[in-house]
Amino acid sequence: MKPGGVLLEAEGLVRRYEMRRGFFGRAVEVRAVDGVSLRLERGRTLGLVGESGCGKSTTGRLVLGMESPDAGRVSFEGALMPEPGSTAWRGLRARMQMVFQDPLGALDRRLPIATQIAEPLEIHGIGGTLERAGRVEALLRAVGLRPDQGLRYPHELSGGQRQRAVLARALATDPALLVCDEPISALDVSIQAQVMNLLLDLQEQFGTAMLFVSHDLRAVRQVSHRVAVMYLGRIVEEGEPDAVLHEPAHPYSRALVSAIPHPGRSGQRIVLQGDPPNPADRPSGCAFHPRCPVATSLCAREAPVLKQRTDGRLIACHVAHGEVTPGHGFTRQEAA
Amino acid sequence: MTSLVRLSGLTVAFDGAFALRGIDLAVSPGEAVGLVGESGCGKSVTWLAALGLLPTKARISGSVSLEGQELIGAPAAKLEKIRGGRIAMIFQDPASSLNPVHRIGSQITEALALHRNMTGQAARSEAKRLLDLVGIPDAARRLDAYPHELSGGQNQRVMIAIALAGQPDLLVADEPTTALDVTIQAQILELLQSLRRQLGMALVLISHDLGVVAEACDRVAVMYAGRIVEEAPVARLFSAAAHPYTQGLLGALPPMDGPRRRLAAIPGGVPEPWAMPPGCAFAPRCGFRLAACDSAMPDLQSLTGDHRAACIRVTQAAAQFESVPA
Repeated sequence: MKPGGVLLEAEGLVRRYEMRRGFFGRAVEVRAVDGVSLRLERGRTLGLVGESGCGKSTTGRLVLGMESPDAGRVSFEGALMPEPGSTAWRGLRARMQMVFQDPLGALDRRLPIATQIAEPLEIHGIGGTLERAGRVEALLRAVGLRPDQGLRYPHELSGGQRQRAVLARALATDPALLVCDEPISALDVSIQAQVMNLLLDLQEQFGTAMLFVSHDLRAVRQVSHRVAVMYLGRIVEEGEPDAVLHEPAHPYSRALVSAIPHPGRSGQRIVLQGDPPNPADRPSGCAFHPRCPVATSLCAREAPVLKQRTDGRLIACHVAHGEVTPGHGFTRQEAA
Repeated sequence: MTSLVRLSGLTVAFDGAFALRGIDLAVSPGEAVGLVGESGCGKSVTWLAALGLLPTKARISGSVSLEGQELIGAPAAKLEKIRGGRIAMIFQDPASSLNPVHRIGSQITEALALHRNMTGQAARSEAKRLLDLVGIPDAARRLDAYPHELSGGQNQRVMIAIALAGQPDLLVADEPTTALDVTIQAQILELLQSLRRQLGMALVLISHDLGVVAEACDRVAVMYAGRIVEEAPVARLFSAAAHPYTQGLLGALPPMDGPRRRLAAIPGGVPEPWAMPPGCAFAPRCGFRLAACDSAMPDLQSLTGDHRAACIRVTQAAAQFESVPA
């Protein structure tokens, strides 16, 4: 399949949870995802970056229909996503698969991996017994495992090999979309590189589109065609990975980029003050304003809208769009 | 320079399988040394062994000396004085290192009572000073908070405050930022740097992340399969890595700029402790393997000044280079 054409489109996704503080506490509404729109083309990769609690994983689950959005809609291959749990949705799940962070948790410890790779084929009634065996062997080879390793149990494989097995299982039904939720975070550096290379090879071979959820901007640049930065349930910046990494426009993206530790980093690091915000206690206006070094009084009042700059970059920031002159922020003075 | 801590020929075995196979490493007073390697390479075991924190089934040999005092086989009472008092250690997950049912203040004053005989109001005001020092806002009130009331980054600051309570000469930080978000990791790294400058304390930073070590350390030791395979000043290691494993680790990092190329992934995986290759442990994954690599374990040898590597190819090349007049 050639890249091109919209595969997945999400509009205004909202996901709320209720959280109770203490046994008799009042229920507080938590907006994990607060109006996220995204679009993914066939055979391409969109990277979704942000810190813990920013809603990137929830967004991944919403686009697969593993959770129902409280508002907004998802369309896949031009049609609206069927009701999660319905027969139509189950049928569609063969076309979209998920890969999780912890391969040992995602695999069944009591079954050899070849059996687990064949499972999606059985569930979706694809092929006969012989055909399935051939498909499993081809999949094992595609992810760089030997067919004889298919007889092993998950605990007999290394972390990298397990993640390969998970990928083989996810690809069994030849999905058009793969949602990868931190697929390399639990792996060692040298194995991360192997899995990133493998993701690129598999995309080239099978034309699978990917939503790559990660906290690691460098990994996202390596595998993605576009990147969206999330903060507290919203996308604050979206653009080409190189553009966002080299010239981040949103003050949060700027801090995120400057926080990447790497040898030979030049210039002063922007160290954000304070902690990541609590989704149960969303600041007024722009959610980032209490930590933002250039926040103004407008930022504290009014939430900025995600809109296009002249160069096509999507940014949600009053200052970056020139609607207000940069301020000095509201950060408390803390001892370094 | 006299070293503060010197490890020599340190080995650790669990049930006959060697986790450490001869570590030689010296830390000078006030110096920041990074210890880098992948999971299972022995970077944490090295310091757990040095401080007598391994389970009794671990068989330890070799020597760890702190300003001439031998720690391996030292009596428990002596080790207890040294742990926290001379050498303190902090770990990856602050939430599980702190006691969830005790207030933060009492966990700090406990360390103060143990190492500095401070009690009552004196201990409490010292605890507040330590919280201020590690950058916890509103320290006086936070003394009465429980760990669950603080964020992960703040809990790690509290752990650092407890570690500083005994005024150690060396802080061993084992993956201190791995469980934290990127922006919080940046805060903790800055904090460790500034504390080291203020207090003149030596730091050993154990990390799987070369980038983290590059920013916080003067010198780096790269470990593989229970051995140090390369050791060099930070700038030297990143500009002229000599060992193929170090080169592989650097090549596996996705670049920040330039064209996107295929990552130079190191093929295969780390050998199991019970199935170590006879010679160089990295040989089965190495792109430059020679027949001689399988015959003996290469020693760490000096290339130039303070740059050392354990690879027969590299040391041969260096010897040739030196014999040719410039």
